[in-house]
Parts: sequence; structure tokens; C-alpha cells
Amino acid sequence: MIVFRTDDREVHPPHRFPDYRSTRLRAPLSPPIPWPHSPTESTGPNFADRPPARREADLTAQHAGAPLGERITVAGQLRDEDGRPLAGQLVEIWQANAAGRYAHPVDQHAAPLDPNFSGVGRCLTDADGSYRFVTIKPGAYPWQNHANAWRPAHIHFSVFGPAFATRLVTQMYFPGDPLLELDPIFHAVPEPARERLIAAFDLASTTPDWALGYRFDVVLRGREAAPGGRA
Amino acid sequence: MKSRVTPAQTIGPFFHGALCRAGDGRLAEPASPGALELRGRVLDGAGAPVGDALLELWQTDGRDSAFCRAATNDAGEYQVVARKLAGAPLADGRRQAPHINVSVFARGLLHRLVTRVYFPEEGAANARDPLLASIADARLRARLIARPSANGAELRFDFVLQGEHETPFLDV
Repeated sequence: MIVFRTDDREVHPPHRFPDYRSTRLRAPLSPPIPWPHSPTESTGPNFADRPPARREADLTAQHAGAPLGERITVAGQLRDEDGRPLAGQLVEIWQANAAGRYAHPVDQHAAPLDPNFSGVGRCLTDADGSYRFVTIKPGAYPWQNHANAWRPAHIHFSVFGPAFATRLVTQMYFPGDPLLELDPIFHAVPEPARERLIAAFDLASTTPDWALGYRFDVVLRGREAAPGGRA
Repeated sequence: MKSRVTPAQTIGPFFHGALCRAGDGRLAEPASPGALELRGRVLDGAGAPVGDALLELWQTDGRDSAFCRAATNDAGEYQVVARKLAGAPLADGRRQAPHINVSVFARGLLHRLVTRVYFPEEGAANARDPLLASIADARLRARLIARPSANGAELRFDFVLQGEHETPFLDV
């Protein structure tokens, strides 16, 4: 059995972070119960035999026309802490449109919906752990957390990794966004780990005359060294 | 080369279009032998329903396995067609009682919460289960075991995120 490292509290945000108001009544008050991983935690669902259709990785090509906004590519590698590429892994993303509105019934922000944008994408990572989406840059949007609160532009990411233990849901941000400094969700992540949530502008993956490229690598926890020292 | 782990962020309230599909909430086919209904609510520290939670359920006996997602409705309710699967033994040979591993995601949860659902009719196996046995407080242990409904046709399990009746969550 492969045993994965336990969750690193220096990396992840605490459950309770009062500046993010919704944590106040939802964060558990008791510390979590320590539990060495059993086979239930060291294994997990495998999606490699159910690859999403190729068009699901292109969020600009899911409707009759092109969505409004700045076309971008978001690409990167899924790997573990020890640098192992994680191949055949399901990556799911969702985001607001260029005006900062989600195609979701709960989102009542007074910004237009885009009939050509659902804001949902899926793909499997390649043999080297790489993934790539074509999308548009999401807009910032207001939320009710505090007076004049605005979420920085972000793309939600969901990845599984090789085990139940490695499951991760996170958000990718854009470099240079002035709203990052004011955002309690971003700030709930301790320094210096929060910088890892900001994608890098990448001229190498920028497609001339077509789309800016951003790079966002996602790193999941690695394996515990086995008795005898070999990981 | 050593890389540094990517931190978690909340799933937010807008995940449904990306993560939910028709036919979610099935660890087993409804008509299959041993299929049973598992249902309950997700509640916050004020006892209010959490209407935007996503549960992910995972079980394995070491060979066979099942995974499903189930989102809560406005009343905080979820339902899953589940079945009992023997727990895979630990590396040291100790047996685990049948159980379902659950991740809870929601707006306001910056990182997922992890817990387990055990089966009420497995008294002897539950008493020997290494995780349950490691919890000294019997009231906390009991909160990890689903309750049979009055008619015996289904199991109930509420995920209480905070407060006096808080569900025990695991550090995995």
C-alpha cells in the first residue's frame, strides 16, 4: 500500500477564518481526529477510462458563437511534491464569464450572461501530467462578505490525484490583480503558500495573434517514505 | 525535484454546472442487491441547512470500489443509493468495519472536511474498528454511525459542521 503524507497545515487555509464571513458558522470547532491512512484513504476513484470529450477542454467552443472577452489558454502540470507527473487525472474547472457572472441560478450579479459561455471545462492530464484549457479571462465580481467586497478574477480547479487523501479543490488567480490584496479567501492561505495560487503569464505558451497564455501547475501531496527509506 | 503543495480554496457556491450530473448520488444501482438509501442533511453551527454543499463518497474493500457525488438541496438535504462494502484491512492486518469515506465541500469551507459513515447493524465489527476504537468519547463515536430510519428501509446521517452536535472530522 502506498501511504501519502498527511495534510500540511502550513500550506492549507484554516477552516475558521473570520474575515471570510461564511466560515464563522461552518468551520468545525473541534480539532480533527488524527487518523493514519488506511486503504480507504490511500486509494481513490480512477477516471482515466472515462475521458471527457476533447471539446470540453475548450470553453470558447461549446456554443454556436465565440464568447465575449479576452481569449486565454491555461496550461500546466499536475504532479506530486516529489515531482512525479500525475497522468490520466481528471481536471475540472469552472469560472465566471468576462463580465463577472456565473451561468448559475444563484448568481444574481447585475452583469450580463453570455449565451456563448457556460464556464465549465474538463480534461484528463497527459502522460506527463500536463493539461490545457482554452477559455476567456473571467471578470471580477462583487460579493456580500463585507462592504464593497469584490472577488479577484479566478478559475476554480478540482483535481483528485492518486488517492482519496490527495483530493484538492482550489482556485487559480491572475498575476497583478489589485483585488488579491483585499480578498479574504486568498488571504486565508498562509504566507508564502498563497503565492502558489497565482498563475504566471507565459509568453512561451502565448499563441501569436490569438490568445495570451497562463501557466498554473498544481502540486498534490507526495508519498510517505516507506520503511527502509524508499519513497 | 521537490515541489510545494498547492493550497486549497473553497469550492464556492457555483460548482453545480461543473461537478454535478444527472444520476449523481449512486454508490450502487438502485435495483442491485444490497442497495440501500442513505439520506440526511448538512447543517451549520446555527442548525441552519447548508444548501450549497457537495458530498463526495468513496468506499473500497480492497478490490471493489465505488465513488459518487451528491449535492445538497435548499433544505440542506442529500440522498445517496449506497451499499455495504467490507472495509479493507490495514497494513497490520486489523480489520476495518464497513464504512463510507466522505469529503464535504461548501461555500465557507476553505478546505474539505473528511469523515466516515459506519453502518448501525455492524455492532461487533464497529466495536473492533481501528478508527472507532481510537475515539475515547462514546458520544463522538456514535456520531460516525448512521441511524436506521423508523421503517428500516433507509439510513440517516447528518453532517453537522459546527457546534454541540458537531460531526467528528478526520485529519487525513
